[in-house]
Amino acid sequence: MSAGAPTPGDIRLNCLTLGYDRHPAVHHLDGTIRRGDLLALVGPNGAGKSTLLKGLIGDIPSLDGQILRGMPARTLAYLPQADEIDRSFPLSVLDLASMGLWRRSGAWRSLLGHRGAVQRALEAVGLSGFEARPIGTLSGGQFQRALFARLILQDAQVILLDEPFTGVDARTTDDLIALIRTWHGEGRTIVAALHDLAQVRAHFPKTLLLAREPVAWGATASVLSPQNLARATRLSEAWDEDAAICAHDHAHAAAGLDAPGGGHDHAHAHEHGHGHGHHHSASTEQRETAA
Amino acid sequence: MIDLVAPFVEFGFMRRALVGCLALSISAPPVGVFLMLRRMSLMSEAMSHAILPGAAVGFLVAGLSLPAMTLGGLVAGLTVALLAGLVTRSTVIREDASLAAFYLISLAAGVLLVSLRGSQIDLLHILFGTVLALDDPALLLLGGIATATLFGLALIYRPLVMECVDPLFLRTVSRSGGPVHYAFLGLVVMNLVGGFQALGTLLAVGLMLLPAIAARFWARDLGTLIPASMLIAVLASFSGLSLSYHLDLPTGPAIVLAAGALYLVSMLAGPRGGLLYRLVKPRHLEA
Repeated sequence: MSAGAPTPGDIRLNCLTLGYDRHPAVHHLDGTIRRGDLLALVGPNGAGKSTLLKGLIGDIPSLDGQILRGMPARTLAYLPQADEIDRSFPLSVLDLASMGLWRRSGAWRSLLGHRGAVQRALEAVGLSGFEARPIGTLSGGQFQRALFARLILQDAQVILLDEPFTGVDARTTDDLIALIRTWHGEGRTIVAALHDLAQVRAHFPKTLLLAREPVAWGATASVLSPQNLARATRLSEAWDEDAAICAHDHAHAAAGLDAPGGGHDHAHAHEHGHGHGHHHSASTEQRETAA
Repeated sequence: MIDLVAPFVEFGFMRRALVGCLALSISAPPVGVFLMLRRMSLMSEAMSHAILPGAAVGFLVAGLSLPAMTLGGLVAGLTVALLAGLVTRSTVIREDASLAAFYLISLAAGVLLVSLRGSQIDLLHILFGTVLALDDPALLLLGGIATATLFGLALIYRPLVMECVDPLFLRTVSRSGGPVHYAFLGLVVMNLVGGFQALGTLLAVGLMLLPAIAARFWARDLGTLIPASMLIAVLASFSGLSLSYHLDLPTGPAIVLAAGALYLVSMLAGPRGGLLYRLVKPRHLEA
């Protein structure tokens, strides 16, 4: 495990464990998010994708290990899942997008000088003419576009997206993916938690497959193999109230990573087979691993 | 036809009452608007109870002295707000629950303290206010609170709005979320203490919340909600005082009932979701 400061622009994860109430949601994750990476975060529900993103922006403390950022934590931009925002608040689309200017304007400086930039950001996401609309009247897709306008204005070097396309139609998704590819072209680092594997294969060169334990991290084609996906499903969704204190030896990690595929592979060999079913076998296996 | 202006021209104590209530009418409603939008409306009710023991201690120490009771109320209110916030941030208890726990403790202590010495009349005095007996220090206090509230809100306006809409976003870009939250709670406590001078603890909440809720039926965005709520509070203060003079009613309840009446009117006739507009049901638009 290499320690020391990371190269500027990189984010290094050193044996990182994140979780709630001592139970790990991300367990012993090692690796480096390189500057300019376009990284997909894939895994079943409860695999720790959102937890990892919140850990990266520093919103939840790590239980163990560390995150070494080659930039200040507050220069990372983060797109939350849409339901974490109070959309009943009487705020206009213009105001929502303008929040992205915080680092330049702070609490008091005037936003008038930035009006043009806000206008261009809204235009880039296809929301020209929506400036005065209250956010409560937007559709799910329009609201997501408005949040992307805010991201544009944040102008961050590292952009973290938590399920950006959930509940969003195909056209909006295509527009937003085009935007993400533009960011990638500009050399920004992008990490996105996603569920649609076809999308990941088409647009994301690198993937981290997570199931509490890291299952695989690398080039998308090799990470999203049927074997890896099957293993991810088995490892996920185990919250054992009586779990023993993690001894953190490497045999444990190896047992988690290298467990044989077993008899469940057939159910997960195709793309959308992951993320549901086989809870009984998953939890029994997890108990054995944790014990 | 009752003369609305005459009592204020004729009597100094009515002018004083009006000035005091107007000061409160421009400071409390904006705070109430944010409370309402954060779904914390009932929190102000809890806080108004939390103030009681502080005021009671002030009363026990110095009698019906404005500075002592104000200081006591401020200390008690801020203590409860801080403790509740602290417990919320460091345990699994949510803010409403921890606030309920602390305000109940505080209220019981207050009632106990008042009953230790004061007679029934003193208690009524604290609960229903002294609006017709506002002296110079009381007016200065109300004016000072109004000034501090408006400047305070202007200072924290942007981060406060962001904290209401998307607290996680504010946390990712700035450390100001916590301080802004506490500053806002401080403004709530300050206005409740001010209101308790004019209207009494039980009714201080009325002038904070009723105008804010009524304004929701007239205005859609924050920039119009706040002035609308102030206007409604001013109307309620003026008509409440007038009515209490002409009909010989207690002033505090009269003002809050006037605000309540304005709320009912707004609910019926307000253009933003008022009941009458729903009944009329204009034909839908093309796009």
